Parts: sequence; structure tokens; C-alpha cells
Amino acid sequence: MYGSTNLSEEDARRMNTTVEDPEKLEAFEARIARGEKIEPQDWMPVEYRKQLIRMIEQHAHSEIVGALPEGTWITRAPNFRRKLALIAKVQDEVGHGQLLYSAAETLGKTREEMMNDLLSGKSKYSNVFNYPANTWADIAVIGFLVDGAAIVNQTINSKGSYGPYCRALERICYEESFHLKQGHDNVVYLATGTKHQRAILQDAINRWYRPLLHFFGPPDVQSAHSEKLMKWKVKLASNDDMRNQFLDMYVPKILELDITFPDPNLKKNEDGIWEFSDPDWDEFKRVINGDGPCNAERIAVRKFAEEAGRWVRQALMNPSEKYQVPLA
Amino acid sequence: MSSLDPRVNRLDFKKATDGEVHTNSHLITWEVFHQDKRGKQAVHVGIVHASTPEMALILAKEQYARRGKTTNLWVAKTSDVYTFSTHDEDIFETTPEKTFRDPAFYKVRDRIEKFQNRNKVTI
Repeated sequence: MYGSTNLSEEDARRMNTTVEDPEKLEAFEARIARGEKIEPQDWMPVEYRKQLIRMIEQHAHSEIVGALPEGTWITRAPNFRRKLALIAKVQDEVGHGQLLYSAAETLGKTREEMMNDLLSGKSKYSNVFNYPANTWADIAVIGFLVDGAAIVNQTINSKGSYGPYCRALERICYEESFHLKQGHDNVVYLATGTKHQRAILQDAINRWYRPLLHFFGPPDVQSAHSEKLMKWKVKLASNDDMRNQFLDMYVPKILELDITFPDPNLKKNEDGIWEFSDPDWDEFKRVINGDGPCNAERIAVRKFAEEAGRWVRQALMNPSEKYQVPLA
Repeated sequence: MSSLDPRVNRLDFKKATDGEVHTNSHLITWEVFHQDKRGKQAVHVGIVHASTPEMALILAKEQYARRGKTTNLWVAKTSDVYTFSTHDEDIFETTPEKTFRDPAFYKVRDRIEKFQNRNKVTI
């Protein structure tokens, strides 16, 4: 549901100082410039591998943690059709997590190592999933707008240079188009329903507005840049460009339902760029660093699942089998 | 912990204090091949982690056959699949040049027409 290409300042510094074999680097960069994909067995710069692992892993964590706020409402879906759709969507998200863990595994980090880094807090997941789904309308808004934002991000990333990640993203985008459509359907039903249904939808939009602006990461002027990540087609569009594309596609689809956004400054200027009030980037940093409304619960649930399921995994283990990095 | 999720509220978190995946819990991976229609080829779609082929098939069904048409799935242990090294990609480089293997390489109409004109052949 999400892939972060934001570099820490330390990473950005290292990106520009690591020295690689110039001949191999040239061949690698020439391959990417020709539009060809990099496959797991190919030579690749240390930092390319590292940044891809970080990014794909975070994306994978986001998928499985993202299933938690939505799963909250499976038991209380308003009817059978909505319940079926929500179960299918949550199952898809967990499946997407598996696909992405597999893609990251081809780069040499095992799924178990990634899981441990999630549980210890070393590895992050998308900030939006640290917010609660208070009402059924949150499920509608997540399905439509959080998935919409994710599709903008993922469609762009699927044009990247690493073959296994691109293949996973293509499958994911295909499946998420269903998430988006059922989310839109759900939003439209609430918006065209009773006064109360409209009120809970408006309330959900009000609460999700800022996390959605946070979704694409800090403004370009604040985020650490790496020309190399662009050159290597690990990052394909800037945070601001993706955010703008998202607002352009989805703001009109909410406004046409006579639902508003809680920001008097949200408007498109003459250059086609969306302007909005400062969505409180300090809050974004606070929540990423653990101080969000649901961070503790999300990790506690994952830890419980790991520990409660351990005896099953141990019973299934065949110690004579040796793990090997998957092929693609 | 008080959660909005009734399922979370039913968990006994006191029982789970050691939330670490033990590193000996790697299950091996299986390469999955998907056949959408009877008569079509099975195509590689990705991997699953499993301890037995039966478990690999069940997980492959959940992962790669959730929508659309499926006739069958195949799984093979990753360690049983052999490939060329990507460094050997150049061994296939000259294949597209072998136009003599291509039916479109064989064009005789011009020659037939010249022959017919030269020899006044009519049918």
C-alpha cells in the first residue's frame, strides 16, 4: 500500500561517498539508462541494494500493518456484501506484504530479519496506519483515499529499475484497483445516504486530511535528496509531485459529493499546482518516531501474532532443508 | 490496552513478551507457476515460503489464484531450479541474427515473377 523513498540525511551522505568499481558501475548505470531492469543476480552498487531493501521492506511492513486498522471493522461491516469486500481487501493487503517481502528477500535480507526489524522499531512502516479507524466511514475513506494515494505512489514506482519490485508492484496495482473502486463505492453510498451517514463521512475526511498530505513524505525543500536514487530509478518522482498528482485526481471526487476538506487554503493555482495549509510536519515526525495514536497497539498485535504462532512455525520446520535466496 | 478492534481486546498481551522471530524459523521458498487456462503454459509468478509441497500449493492458491481464472498451479523448490548466470546473457546475443530460422526470411515471389516474365510463362 505504500513505498517510502525518503532518505535519512545519513543515508544521503553515504550515497554520495561510497566508492564503487567504476567499470561495473558504468555498465550498471548504462543498463538502467537503456530502460532495462536489474535482476537479483546482477552486480549492483552497495547503496542501491541497501536503499532498495529499506524501501521495499518498509512497503511490505506497511501492507501488513495496514491490514490492522481495516481489519478493525470486519466484525462490524454494515452488510454481507461490504463484509466480503473488506475481508477480500484485507487478505489482498497481507498478500501484497508477502509479495514485497519476497522481492526484498531476493536482495539478501531474510523475511525473518525484516520481521524482527519491524518488531524492534528499527524498520518503519507508513505513518497513516498509526491512526485509528474510528467509524465505518474511516474504512470508506481508507479504501478510497489511502489506497488512491498508494496507487499513485506504486504506479510510479513500478516503472523503477529493480525487476522483482516492479513485478510485485504490477500485480499489486492491478489488485488495488479493486480496493479503490470498492472504496469509492463505499464513500459514494455514505455521501448520498442519510444525514448521519454524511456526517460520519465528513468527520472521517476531516481526520484523514492531514495524514493523507503526510503520506507522500516531507516537502521537497525539507527532504534529503539523492540524484543517484533518481538516476538509478529507485526514486522516480519527488514527494511534492506525487502529492500534487494525488490531490489533482482525488480532491474533485470528494468535492463533487458536497463533502469538504478542513482547509480553507486548499486550492489549485493557475500553474496547476495544489496549495494547502501547513499540515503540521512536526506531527508527522512525532508519529513516525512512535508517538502516534496507534503505534503501540500495531506493534503489540504483531508481536503477539509472532509469539502465539511460533509453535506452529516450529512444528512445520524441516531442519534438514536449507534456505536459499529466491530466484526472482 | 483498549482498542477499537474487539479482536485485539480479546488478546492476552501478557502472554506475549518475547516478540522476536527466532532465526531458525526460516521456511524454504518454492517457485510458483500459474496456468490460467487448460492448454496454456504454466508461467512463473513468484514464490511462497513453505515446509512441504502440499503447504506450498495451499499458500500458492491463496497468493496467486485469488482472482481471475486458474486451471492449475505448480510449485518447485527454489533450490531445485537451475538457471544460467545473468553474466552469461551474451550467449543468447546472436540468436536474433539467425534470420535463416525465420519463415519471413524466405521470399521467393520476386524470383518467380522475374522467371515468368523472362520465359513468358502464363497460367
